[in-house]
Amino acid sequence: MQFSSRRMRASGLLLALALGATACGSDNDDGGASPEAGGESSALINVNGTEPQNQLLPANTNETGGGRIMDVLYEGLIRYDENGDPVNAVAESIETEDSKTYTITLKDDQVFSDGSPVTADSFVDAWNFGANLSNAQLNSYFFEPIAGYEEVHPEPAADAAEDAPPPTPTAETMSGLTVVDDKTFTVELSEPQSDFPIRLGYTAFMPLPEAAFEDPDAFGEAPIGNGPYKMDGAWEHDVQIKTVVNEEYAGDEEPQNGGISFRFYQDPAAAYQDLLADNLDVIDLLPDSAFATFEDDLGERAINQPAGIFQSFSFPLYDPKFEGPNANKVRQAISMAINREQITDTIFQGTRTPAVDFSSPVVQGHENICGETCTYDPEAAKALLAEAGGLPGNAMTIGYNADGGHQGWVDAVCNDIKNNLAIDCTGNSYPDFKSLRDPVTSKTMDSAFRTGWQMDYPALSNFLGPLYGTGAGSNDAVYNNPEFDQLLAQGDAAPSPEEGIEFYQQAEELLVRDLPAIPLWYSNATGGHATTVDNVAFDVFSVPIYTQITKSE
Amino acid sequence: MGRYVLRRLLQMIPVFFGATLLIFLMVYALPGDPIESLFGERAADPAIVAQLRAEYNLDEPLWKQYLLYIQGVLTLDFGTTFSGQPVIDSLARAFPVTIKLALVAFTIQILVGIPVGLIAGLRRGRFFDSFTLAATLVVISIPIFVIGFVLQFVIGVKLGWVKPTVGAEAPLRDLLLPGLVLGSLSVAYVLRLTRTSVAENLRADYVRTATSKGLPRQRVVTVHLLRNSLIPVVTFLGADLGALMGGAIITESIFNVPGVGFTIFRAIRLGEATTVVSFVTVLVMVYLIANLIVDLLYAVLDPRIRYA
Repeated sequence: MQFSSRRMRASGLLLALALGATACGSDNDDGGASPEAGGESSALINVNGTEPQNQLLPANTNETGGGRIMDVLYEGLIRYDENGDPVNAVAESIETEDSKTYTITLKDDQVFSDGSPVTADSFVDAWNFGANLSNAQLNSYFFEPIAGYEEVHPEPAADAAEDAPPPTPTAETMSGLTVVDDKTFTVELSEPQSDFPIRLGYTAFMPLPEAAFEDPDAFGEAPIGNGPYKMDGAWEHDVQIKTVVNEEYAGDEEPQNGGISFRFYQDPAAAYQDLLADNLDVIDLLPDSAFATFEDDLGERAINQPAGIFQSFSFPLYDPKFEGPNANKVRQAISMAINREQITDTIFQGTRTPAVDFSSPVVQGHENICGETCTYDPEAAKALLAEAGGLPGNAMTIGYNADGGHQGWVDAVCNDIKNNLAIDCTGNSYPDFKSLRDPVTSKTMDSAFRTGWQMDYPALSNFLGPLYGTGAGSNDAVYNNPEFDQLLAQGDAAPSPEEGIEFYQQAEELLVRDLPAIPLWYSNATGGHATTVDNVAFDVFSVPIYTQITKSE
Repeated sequence: MGRYVLRRLLQMIPVFFGATLLIFLMVYALPGDPIESLFGERAADPAIVAQLRAEYNLDEPLWKQYLLYIQGVLTLDFGTTFSGQPVIDSLARAFPVTIKLALVAFTIQILVGIPVGLIAGLRRGRFFDSFTLAATLVVISIPIFVIGFVLQFVIGVKLGWVKPTVGAEAPLRDLLLPGLVLGSLSVAYVLRLTRTSVAENLRADYVRTATSKGLPRQRVVTVHLLRNSLIPVVTFLGADLGALMGGAIITESIFNVPGVGFTIFRAIRLGEATTVVSFVTVLVMVYLIANLIVDLLYAVLDPRIRYA
């Protein structure tokens, strides 16, 4: 058979393509350092990210994709150091006599990256913008404690129809915010909140330059901030956001590199492969498939440390099965039947820490409050269940979203419950997060469901109030305990955070008795870095401290 | 032929409306409220939910929402995403990348599948034929994500010949490995189709006539035999182009290609009707045009086929 010229051409072309691929594809200095004077401090660091879900406005960023970007572009009144303790950043001082009225004074010479100064107006205008209902900012509830919030952000009546038009604000600004001069403003809260200053490091409270209010939509595509970095080029949707050092930055966190390039990944597995091939410098999350191997693959470059993330599963206390005087003992029995150590070792390979309270190891006030109730003791669990009279129907399900990788632990927890208590427990999988939240928020769940909480700021109250306070936004179990609410209020009104913590811990003891949610574990911050960079550490929010990362050429 | 093309193009219009309506209804049948899920695990603020529903016309009845969307489409305004980005920008960004990836896979299919299938068909029953049959069987039986992960790990990470993921501009050389993975199943099918078709047509009368007329073997094979054998292959290729574009979602996820698959997946999870309907409708149109081109190609390949 003679070689036909067609086949020759075809195979020749293929060979050329293959050679081209091997030859061209071997360089991987994608985010390579710019060769300027300044050596390693001008290197660009490639890190993983996800496409931000909303516009890049501080009051509209409520998820990690946008949060990572806002963290490097902005600096707030305070920031959190590596232990999670609040430290003054843009604020010179935050003073109060009664935990109700705060006087905030700014440092001198603070500027945005476009040169305009950071003044008291920058904060007051930004907070008013964030709270105002007509701007529909998702983080507006952070401004709720401020006096005058209801006029700017009225809520619809409880019995309003679902498609009724939204209520109209009756004011443009909150009465509780007053500008005294360029560097000073006062904040008056509608009720005392002893940990209000601790919240001021959260993204929602960042200042905005005047350019932001001229065209907020355009600004949300290309934000200008006062942080250590500024945007370099446009937001390349679904691809990446590049940032470079902000020369105008007047704060303490001097960047040790030339900029951060956030590459958006659809799937953590792809990011992990890039890290192994040194095509990505830092990764701050891991695919499930890498849990067992990442510490071997990366050695010292692996990171596995506690984080401010609490995981549990909650019970719908409005369902008759879970009412009654002994219902809480049933839940205590269930909690004692779960072998948390085994699950965190086997399924999570040590990337979770068994829970001993309702908060997280990174907050002040974290102690072993759960005690026996969170300790694995099948015999005591059986006895307690018998004493309580058993669970009505002797069956339960744990609802979870199928796209979150939860099936493994839900099945393990259910198996523990089944084997130790003879309660018929199965996992109830919902296709995605949205469809799980629907029955939860409409209070129509008929059995348990997974819940979790990532702290907004490192304070014990943030793990308690929003989740278990009567009528609170994320109180999915509909836990209603006036004694608990009063202890929280006493903690809020306490003269110092330490005294507040004592009240919060007493409130936690009530939670251990009633168990609207059963604490499971704290998620660790997991990740690693490639051989190309150094000085990689994560803060208490599981986010890398980007300014400190160094890269040698 | 011109009237045939015109008729086919006019037929696409009802398909366009039917497809958009169907996808619109399907997105609304998805469980969960898209606005409430913007809040993640926090409770949704009822005032903001009402505000956003009004902004995105979600408080109108379904038929009115559909008409508003179609009205926008006719002025090339495909709506906005929940993050305020116009969907048309999203389309303009994602489709070229996926088209490039699909074309790379398509080219590999043609360049590898047809010649190798031709050789296998000519040497039916001999070692080369059995070998390719076995090799394609292995490729068909391994799921695409296994092929993708293994090749990414071996070639990208361990050997370091290519980068494991596709860079920001999706340059052609980065797309070779994903294209190979995406096209692997189709290469196997094209190869087998060509092989069978060639082997069958070898016994046809016209081949015997051409050989007995004294034409060189090479001319008989390439000009007469191949052209006729390609008819079933071209049918498959036309259907495959549409499938490649839509089905690239797994490959795009493994290699982080910023294309259509991921955008649609994310939009479905968020319940973003504007994005899902726009993207899927464009995919439907691409599919229809690909099939039209395939049908027109029949007339080129087989002179017996003519269109009124």
